[in-house]
Amino acid sequence: MEITKGNVEHVAELARLEITEHEKDIFTEQLSNILDYVEMLNELDTKEVSPTSHVVPLVNVFREDEIKEVLKKDEALKNAPEKEDGYFKVPRVIE
Amino acid sequence: MKYFGLKVHEAHKLIKDREISSEQLTKSIMDRIEDVEGIVHGYVTVTKEYALKKAREMDKKIAEGEEPGPLSGIPCAIKDNICTKDILTTCSSKILKNFKPPYSATVYQKLEEQGCIMIGKTNMDEFAMGSSTENSGFFTTRNPWDPARVPGGSSGGSSAVVAADEALFALGSDTGGSIRQPASFCGVVGFKPTYGRVSRYGLIAFASSLDQIGPITKDVRDCALILNAICGHDPMDSTSVSADVPDFTRFVDKDIKGIKLGVPKEYYTMQIDDSVKKETGEAVTNLANIGAEKVELEMPYTAYALPAYYLINPAEASSNLARYDGIRYGFTYEDAENLLEAYKKTRSSGFGPEVKRRIMLGTYALSSGYYEDYYLKAQKVRSLIARDFDQAFKNCDVIVTPTAPTVSFRTGEKIDDPLMMYLNDIFTVPVSMAGLPAVSIPCGFVNGLPVGLQIIGKPFDEGTIIKVASAFERMLALDKVKPLFGSYVRGGA
Repeated sequence: MEITKGNVEHVAELARLEITEHEKDIFTEQLSNILDYVEMLNELDTKEVSPTSHVVPLVNVFREDEIKEVLKKDEALKNAPEKEDGYFKVPRVIE
Repeated sequence: MKYFGLKVHEAHKLIKDREISSEQLTKSIMDRIEDVEGIVHGYVTVTKEYALKKAREMDKKIAEGEEPGPLSGIPCAIKDNICTKDILTTCSSKILKNFKPPYSATVYQKLEEQGCIMIGKTNMDEFAMGSSTENSGFFTTRNPWDPARVPGGSSGGSSAVVAADEALFALGSDTGGSIRQPASFCGVVGFKPTYGRVSRYGLIAFASSLDQIGPITKDVRDCALILNAICGHDPMDSTSVSADVPDFTRFVDKDIKGIKLGVPKEYYTMQIDDSVKKETGEAVTNLANIGAEKVELEMPYTAYALPAYYLINPAEASSNLARYDGIRYGFTYEDAENLLEAYKKTRSSGFGPEVKRRIMLGTYALSSGYYEDYYLKAQKVRSLIARDFDQAFKNCDVIVTPTAPTVSFRTGEKIDDPLMMYLNDIFTVPVSMAGLPAVSIPCGFVNGLPVGLQIIGKPFDEGTIIKVASAFERMLALDKVKPLFGSYVRGGA
């Protein structure tokens, strides 16, 4: 599968990555190579096969709705690059 | 005294008999780190003061009459993607270079409760993406058997420090081979338990349907001891399974007469070095000589595991790594004009090339129009691979393969070609896709570099793997062979 530079730019935008022109060229080539390699999966007929998302047979896990100790506000904020008055601080969102 | 070379069970006996203290043992490890870490570069953080304090506390308890358990006072290393409360946990990524988790992973809590002394956090490929530790955001770990070569990855730091006697054991994590391949390259024992066996709570998520924590140890008995300590259901991880956890040491030093050893021909015909093929072939013969019965298998979907894995893994990674936005924790880009720019600049300068590559690949595979062709197709192939193993295990008790297609390669040799690097995982990935338990144990050497044998078991049958691995280890006694740092090390090794 041929990947274009345009594909790479679009995917970078979706993934919130800013990539240089040089990186665009490298990723275009490398992602094309990897997708070429995974093409071999199309040799297999999987029409009748159901997908596996988890190998362990999982069912929903429920618990009682009990009040428990949670992370305290100052602990939760301890690693924050910027905070103010007990909140995470972010750059401007609305222009 | 030099105690750093001890195994866990040997050190336990000495502590139990009051012949050594945990402080003496911990100090000996610290001396060893001082001597060889300049060559190995296995640790991102060494928690010296913390470790010595914990060791003294343990010694005090023992002096007051507390009976030491199998891990009481034992120094260990923890991979740097396992959260340790208030202690730096970086995932070897610049984006987490200053992250001190407000809580500990369940596995670490368990080890702490059992008296283990954490001496440091080990280097890895950034976010566990890689097979050589060259993708670490900080530095590359070296192979103790030859410092010009890689230790494997992503648990390269954990494997190298155990091989170099800089820890009595370590915890690693394995997504597609990240415990087994470095264990193979470093000549130590690395065990990936069944998916769901060990809690993932507090393990920094990479590919959640594949990630599993496991031990890296100097021998099989130690491996059984650590499995005893970390396995079991955890309400904090909804994918952890409530299966009975046996005492795994019961499977050590047992007869393997009549055990059926599956040997799938596909694993010996794919791209594999002749010398590695020869060593693992001899291992199978050796196991047959002590009573195991060889069963030839066909597993036709084996070759499709790797391409399917390299869709599922990046897809899950791209979704898990969306959380790194520079707002709640970790590195942040400070001069952004607006939120979108802050996200982009933070992520672009915080993540290294392989992480970006997987995020891009995963985002692409999940994006509108491609989801069915890539992600869904890969999940269907995953079913076929699991079916291959189900069929195979109708005729055998364990499956024996090489762990990796080569021995350790030189630093820089594969780093510029991602696909070449991915091919390292060709024998470990199918097992991960099926969620099965497997160990890598040393089975020989090629030009002085260790070769690993992979023993794969049925779901939740870690015990039979331990049984076969232990019998094999007893026969070859490769656990007694260690890397000689020789002239590299002050005062010899």
